[in-house]
Amino acid sequence: MMFDSPMLLLLTAGSGATVGTYIGLAIIVLGLLALLYTSIKAIEVDRRIVFLFIFVAVSIPILFPITFEEKATPVVKRIFDKIESLPEGSRILLSFDFDPAMAPEVQPMADAVMRHALAKNHRVIFMSLWATGQGLLDRTMQRILPNEFPDKVDGVDFASVGYTAGNEGVLNVIVSDFKKMFPSDANSIPLDSLPVFNRFSSCKDLDLVVTFGGGKPGAKEWVLFVGDKANVPVAVGVAAVVAPQMYPYFPNQVLGIMGGIKGAAEYESELIKHYPQFAEQPTPGMVMMGPQTLAHIVIIAFIVFGNVAYFFGRRREEKP
Amino acid sequence: MKKTSVIILSGVVILFLVSWLVKGASLSGEENPYLQGFLTTFAAFLTLAVFSFLYRDNPFYKFAEHLFVGASAAYWMTLGFWQTLVKKLIPKLSDGLANFFEVPTEEHSYWYFLPVILGLLLLMRLSKKGGWLSRWPLAFIVGYTAGINFVGYLRSDFVKQVSSTFVPLLIDWQGVGHFFSNFSLAIDGQFVMMLANVVIFVGVLCGLVYFFFSKEHTGLFGTASRVGIWILMITFGASFGYTVMGRISLLVGRLTFLFKDWLGLIS
Repeated sequence: MMFDSPMLLLLTAGSGATVGTYIGLAIIVLGLLALLYTSIKAIEVDRRIVFLFIFVAVSIPILFPITFEEKATPVVKRIFDKIESLPEGSRILLSFDFDPAMAPEVQPMADAVMRHALAKNHRVIFMSLWATGQGLLDRTMQRILPNEFPDKVDGVDFASVGYTAGNEGVLNVIVSDFKKMFPSDANSIPLDSLPVFNRFSSCKDLDLVVTFGGGKPGAKEWVLFVGDKANVPVAVGVAAVVAPQMYPYFPNQVLGIMGGIKGAAEYESELIKHYPQFAEQPTPGMVMMGPQTLAHIVIIAFIVFGNVAYFFGRRREEKP
Repeated sequence: MKKTSVIILSGVVILFLVSWLVKGASLSGEENPYLQGFLTTFAAFLTLAVFSFLYRDNPFYKFAEHLFVGASAAYWMTLGFWQTLVKKLIPKLSDGLANFFEVPTEEHSYWYFLPVILGLLLLMRLSKKGGWLSRWPLAFIVGYTAGINFVGYLRSDFVKQVSSTFVPLLIDWQGVGHFFSNFSLAIDGQFVMMLANVVIFVGVLCGLVYFFFSKEHTGLFGTASRVGIWILMITFGASFGYTVMGRISLLVGRLTFLFKDWLGLIS
């Protein structure tokens, strides 16, 4: 079921809600009321109760999916618009700089951008600065390319150069000579023999770089060593913890930011709006916003209850 | 071993075996169903073992933690050997070794003996007498990292950041009448864009004032300093909000694995 806003979720639970959703919401609301009572009475709450609430708040929307209507914010929409506005055949580099621990957050945005770039008939180059990113990149390509883009040819429409060791040193080289660091693609085919690399020598020949990650080397290194140095537009899709560090670069040094699962959900919604053929494909970003929202509501409730308990406790102490 | 511990351990083993068999049977149409069943069950066991720490420290959590540390160390060591030594170093030094490891040979460059020597010196850390020699490669690493980052950080994090702060406080200004007749709260509207620039200007100025300790924070200066604190607090709050979102996403990822891949409760 789909809600327009989190508040509506709590007030009405919408039409077509499953019994499980109602029961789950009732459990959470009643539990929170009980906690509010204990807070006012200044009864200490075991921290494991807090964990239990978070578990329930996250589990219910997974078992009985609740999704929200997403609308792309300008910071995300700029990435979509850039890919949309580039002429067909433009060269876009997608860098998978993340590991399995970050994948729940970052993988959905990587999938969405990859689908968008290929649907727009751009030439896509895949790479990774993280050794663990190579495996995730391979799996993504195997999952999406044969099923959704069977006409795309490896080496012509896209190519993967995989991972190479060197961290930001890799960026420092490819910004002036790409083939020095990647003489061949992931299948050991020399780049000179691949049409996708025709008249391509360095990152300066790229029309857009989109990096997905949340660690080092990652988004910041792409800005420092490629974006600012070679004047290449760099867009970033980052894990939520890193997003605040990227905002100072927006909009002059970073084209756009997809921050955490919310950024992924916004990009997915924009993609489906313009390319309805992808509506049938999984949208993990949008699906994960249900548990996110419910968990955030519970956390906010805990913060309020904590303050209530504090003020009631202080008033009790002040009484003679 | 206490009787309770034996009972808990037996229960976990029995549950593991049952899960393995049931999962293997449910995957009968796939290749190596019982191997897949074992891997899924083991992944679920490790996930639950890590979560069990939330209740209290226990041997299952310790096992998962130690396994993770050991597997990670082994993974990175193997990766370092194959990706750096075999792929990048050996082809530059020896055709024979390159053929042995089945990697393409490259034009030899004896400069590559330098990192070999530095790498070996780094291992001198393990020696009591020659430990001091490990400081040389360490100094090289520090110097290289500082050198490679210096220009980049100066350009991107200083010069460009300073220039990004020089924002116009009046955007598309054609007089008060025009401003109010076209007033809009749209995110790309004149008012909101001007407000955003004012926030950047005031925020940076007051943030800098807060960190200026050569003058007492009183009067107008003190007020600006207090605004600076508020700006910093809002920034920390936004960071905390994003961190919560990130952690919840990871929890969603693990619970989705448990409910979908292990228990098959959702499609």
